[in-house]
Amino acid sequence: MQTKNEDYSVRQSNLYIIIYAAVLTLVCGGLLALASEGLKEKQQFNIALEQKQNILATVVDLQEGQDVNVLYAQLVNEFVIDYQGSIKEGIKPQDVNLAAEYKKPPEQRLLPIYEFKNESDSNKIDYVVLPVYGFGLWNDIWGFVALESDMNTIRGVKFDHKGETPGLGARISSDDEVQARYKGKSIYDNNKLVSVTMMKGEGNDYGDDPHKVDGMSGATLTAKGVNNMLTDYLSSYENYLKKKKANS
Amino acid sequence: MSESVETLVEKKSEPLFSKKNKKLITNPLDIDNPITVQVLGICSALAVTTQMKPAFIMALSLLVVTACSNVAISVMRNAIPQRIRIIVQLAVVSLWVTLVNELLKAYVYDVSKQLAVFVGLIITNCIVMGRLEAFAMSNKPWPSFLDGLGNGLGYGLILMAVAFFREILGSGALFGFKIFEAVGFHYQGNGLMLLPAGACIIVGIVIWVQRSINGYRESH
Repeated sequence: MQTKNEDYSVRQSNLYIIIYAAVLTLVCGGLLALASEGLKEKQQFNIALEQKQNILATVVDLQEGQDVNVLYAQLVNEFVIDYQGSIKEGIKPQDVNLAAEYKKPPEQRLLPIYEFKNESDSNKIDYVVLPVYGFGLWNDIWGFVALESDMNTIRGVKFDHKGETPGLGARISSDDEVQARYKGKSIYDNNKLVSVTMMKGEGNDYGDDPHKVDGMSGATLTAKGVNNMLTDYLSSYENYLKKKKANS
Repeated sequence: MSESVETLVEKKSEPLFSKKNKKLITNPLDIDNPITVQVLGICSALAVTTQMKPAFIMALSLLVVTACSNVAISVMRNAIPQRIRIIVQLAVVSLWVTLVNELLKAYVYDVSKQLAVFVGLIITNCIVMGRLEAFAMSNKPWPSFLDGLGNGLGYGLILMAVAFFREILGSGALFGFKIFEAVGFHYQGNGLMLLPAGACIIVGIVIWVQRSINGYRESH
């Protein structure tokens, strides 16, 4: 018991506490760094796979058990363009950090493009998938918008977010029905880009308005973020879209 | 039982699975259950139990974290400075939680996305901290491991029970497999069960059933 008391008083000294805390921090930090490095490759593989899945999901109905990588390689032609719509050689879409590009002025952004090749004629494209990036209520939001070959009609969208409120703003990714609302809407009104606006309030029918979709109750600010994101990014892609339209 | 063999491992004469040690595992399953009796860790029990799969992974993660942190803290218990012991406990718990989270991201990515913040929130789960403070700080590693295991299992048991009812009533499925449709009739899911309120009701019923079986009275 005596030795224990002595031991106890040593453990109360400030020096001991500081050294103990420092060593503990080093050990914990070291272990975490090791784990993070060791698992990085596997995690990045998962993230890349999910991205491919999301791109495909804007256009096709993915069945469970389908090999996403194979399907992606078969259907999708990926490249990066600049604001003028010309292809940037030597840069792959996965090298582009959208979170960083988003902060640049639109004219300087690198823009990844994912084209869905036509199955019979590989010079034609059926759909084009455009990544979009923006800011919701709490944090970053992003997604993919798939356009039909007319470069106007939305084929499908897939949104995701970092920290929108679960059950409210987070429905942009969790609620498939919310994303389905964009299907069939068009982004151009007589050659003028107007994008698609998510309205305030939920339960209204915007079936006959090609530029409006029903809102999310309790998530008006997230909806605003989505609207800004779409307008911002679609206008960044405008030169490319014009070129594509002129070609077809 | 197999006590004679196991004693070799422990220096002291207490067998590895003595009555006392067995109780460390069985008590938290029933009469000392962290959720239904101690009413700890309710937050995550309400949040991750809409489906059985995330509930299972969550339970497993918590099991690993409680058991490992209990052992780690128990090993360190004689060297931990009293004045910063809570911080030290927190650091150890966060270490394990972050490790588990990284592993989930690497091997079950879809589930880790579904669990999102809740795995991170294991750090503040009262069960883990409670066991460290109440048990691991004053017990040897092996009993501490059993205690962590027991409490993790007790938590997991309730989580799975709640998730079972929520998934089958809420979406007519178990582990994502549509039971009712497989049998051949259409089941309209009960939306309430998908909301946290549904979990609240189920946890309440579980507590009720358990207490009436055990004859538990509020003042003791």
